[in-house]
Amino acid sequence: MRSTDLRFRIGIGIFAAALLLIVVAIGITLANDSSLSLQRFGFRFWRTSNWDPVAGEFGALPFIWGTFYSSVLALAIATPVALGIAVFISELCPQALRAPLMFLTELLAAIPSIVYGLWGIFVLVPAVRAIEALMPEGLRALPLFSGPPFGVGMLAAALILAVMVVPFTSAVAREVLKTVPMTQREAAFALGATRFEAIRAAMFYARTGIIGAVMLGFGRALGETMAVTMVIGNNPQVSLSLFAPQYTMAAVIANEFTEAANALYLSALIEIGLVLFVITLLVNVLSRGLIWSMAPP
Amino acid sequence: MESSVAIPRPTLKPRDPQPNPNQQLKIDVEHLSFFYGEKRALEDISIKIQPSVVTAFIGPSGCGKSTFLRTLNRMNDIIPGARVDGRVCIDGEDIYGPGVDVVAMRRKVGMVFQKSNPFPKSIFENVAYGLRINKMTSSKSELAGRVEESLKQAALWDEVKDRLHESALAMSGGQQQRLCIARALAVKPEILLMDEPASALDPIATQRIEELIYQLKTNFTIVIVTHNMQQAARVSDYTAFFWLGRLVEYERTDKMFTAPSEKLTEDYLTGRFG
Amino acid sequence: MMIRKIISAVFVGACGLAVVVALIPLAFVLFFVLSQGIQSLNLDFFLHNPRPVGETGGGMANAIVGTLILTTLAAAMAVPIGILSGVYLSEYRGSRFASAVRFAADTLNGVPSIVIGVFAYAVVVLPLGHFSTLAGGFALGVMMIPIIARTTEELLLLVPNTLREGALALGATRGRAVFSVIVPAALPGIITGVVLALARIAGETAPLLFTSFNNAFFSTSLTQPIASITVQVFTYAISPYEDWHRQAWAGALVLVAIVLTCSMAARIAAARIVRIRGL
Repeated sequence: MRSTDLRFRIGIGIFAAALLLIVVAIGITLANDSSLSLQRFGFRFWRTSNWDPVAGEFGALPFIWGTFYSSVLALAIATPVALGIAVFISELCPQALRAPLMFLTELLAAIPSIVYGLWGIFVLVPAVRAIEALMPEGLRALPLFSGPPFGVGMLAAALILAVMVVPFTSAVAREVLKTVPMTQREAAFALGATRFEAIRAAMFYARTGIIGAVMLGFGRALGETMAVTMVIGNNPQVSLSLFAPQYTMAAVIANEFTEAANALYLSALIEIGLVLFVITLLVNVLSRGLIWSMAPP
Repeated sequence: MESSVAIPRPTLKPRDPQPNPNQQLKIDVEHLSFFYGEKRALEDISIKIQPSVVTAFIGPSGCGKSTFLRTLNRMNDIIPGARVDGRVCIDGEDIYGPGVDVVAMRRKVGMVFQKSNPFPKSIFENVAYGLRINKMTSSKSELAGRVEESLKQAALWDEVKDRLHESALAMSGGQQQRLCIARALAVKPEILLMDEPASALDPIATQRIEELIYQLKTNFTIVIVTHNMQQAARVSDYTAFFWLGRLVEYERTDKMFTAPSEKLTEDYLTGRFG
Repeated sequence: MMIRKIISAVFVGACGLAVVVALIPLAFVLFFVLSQGIQSLNLDFFLHNPRPVGETGGGMANAIVGTLILTTLAAAMAVPIGILSGVYLSEYRGSRFASAVRFAADTLNGVPSIVIGVFAYAVVVLPLGHFSTLAGGFALGVMMIPIIARTTEELLLLVPNTLREGALALGATRGRAVFSVIVPAALPGIITGVVLALARIAGETAPLLFTSFNNAFFSTSLTQPIASITVQVFTYAISPYEDWHRQAWAGALVLVAIVLTCSMAARIAAARIVRIRGL
């Protein structure tokens, strides 16, 4: 290789290395700055539910519970909608509608989280409160629906997360469906398949990528901060109830970081950030692996 | 699609070489034209095909033979902007008529594609697919029996009977194509449309497919598109020659290859253009 | 047979329904932001700073300027690193290093923005001893880099190889060929990508909460905390004051307007690029 070419490669390679450096630095910084809390509490941190920093109690279980519960619920709501949209746009919709629909779904993704949160506080939460108040007594007895109708709580958070996850999953699912060869659908049609059956054959072909798309949405939901913290009630409790105000990892960091009065408190919050970082990293790597097995970059 | 050869327009309407005018036609196409949006791909094609014969469609690339084949099972419906004028009657019923059950019709008219396209499932599941969605069997043993029967008809059974539940994608190209044929046969079609079924295969695999066609023709009406004239001569009873979206000549194979009526046909067959 | 047809029809209908269901919240959000925000959007909003707590009136002038400064800082940091990384990723596609960098970029894209905020806090706020514009700009910049890198890479890959070969055949060095021929060919798309990335981070709140923090006064200092539209909207939204709620909607409207304009401008630009260059 000529030396000027080598200089060029190294020159821009240094900038590219910055990306690697940043990711590694994030991991190291988080691990380092949470060492106080890691050493002091160990795994007990994640097994206890009492979060009372003023009294020196740091039980972080409610946060991981809240994060997963809200994200799983959001996924349950968002996945069928997102896949329906992906199928509609890529398989069913008339050519003229395609571009506008794609634009609209992208718009859903582009709206800032804070705007969703604002709408959440003033529009969604009152609506959810009304629904919760209308719940019949019989259902109210179930743990899933127990508790006073605050409005803020798990249900509102799951709904708003679902809205935010839909465009991501749908865009990736659409890309994955594009890679399915037309001949797969044609083979199904030639055997007398209905439209649904032919699409089902295509989706079967693309199943790994579709699962990857769903996981990507899951990763998105796990890390979402603003919209969630504005509607979830921010109460560190572990509860199955959709009506109960709860808390997520991202939300507690957002709310309490500036109020962390001592080093231990700060370290505990950073530890929560570390775990959030690791979890989203794993989910994203897994989902990307699944998607790339179908549609290499 | 320019050609330096001066192409005379065919002056005669293709003669319909029916040996037995009393026998009910299997496929009867009348004045079929096909459009992709504004562009006309097929012009005024009329052809009558008897049951239990093998008909070959030949012609240079882009002459419309594959497009015409696909109109016979309405496979072109899935292309946006596709439009059809004229009638395609199968067993006397126009498949483009109002109220036609396309799904049922496609069961009756099977298709094998140029490049084999097995589903990413096991060999068994591929053949069983059509049987399952059309609910053609009522028990597991009946299903297994039909799968075996189809694989035998496609001359594939002996090679795969011990690995029915392995992935279809692990087979060779020739085996995959025979699997696609078995899959098509499983739903008991009456007509089999084959779009250059052996073009992606080596000579030995090709030979096996041709033998298969010969065995199948007693029970099926077969239409095969091929760019290989020798294959058409080997395999078919009747041949139709297409050129630039028109049907130029349709004749018994032995007569067409020895004494074609149209100059155009003769030029193509002797390799003057292609 | 009928059952299969019915199922197919129901399925098709359900997919159409999914589209409608997804568009309902979009319509809702846009409707509320527009109707509530437009009421409070006046000249004061753009020209005045916030009033003390409890008093009505005032505006978000400091926040608007703050967002501008923060995004400029972020762009200053992210555009060079992002574009050059993108160049490396596309020029040396197959190398192991490029794969590692691509992996890092995609990973960084998936890191929650609040975690990036924590990182920026540790790297900038702690050494400096207080919140600052620099910290906020850094956090936003870190978020922008992978976005720009990946879009640049994809756009550069679209440039036909014949262009590169032509330049090299004329005796250009690799670097020359890339910067004088290939990057300019992809430049409109790259700029579009940068604009979209800017629109995206202008709407970020979480990474600013404890980096640039907030500032009730007008400030352009890089080493002091600074207000931003997003953090201001957040502060106002969770406050008990109605007047602040109204201003929050106005701020949200400004944010949505920024996002919409950038999105549409990017689309139109992309369409024109495709038409003109046939890319």
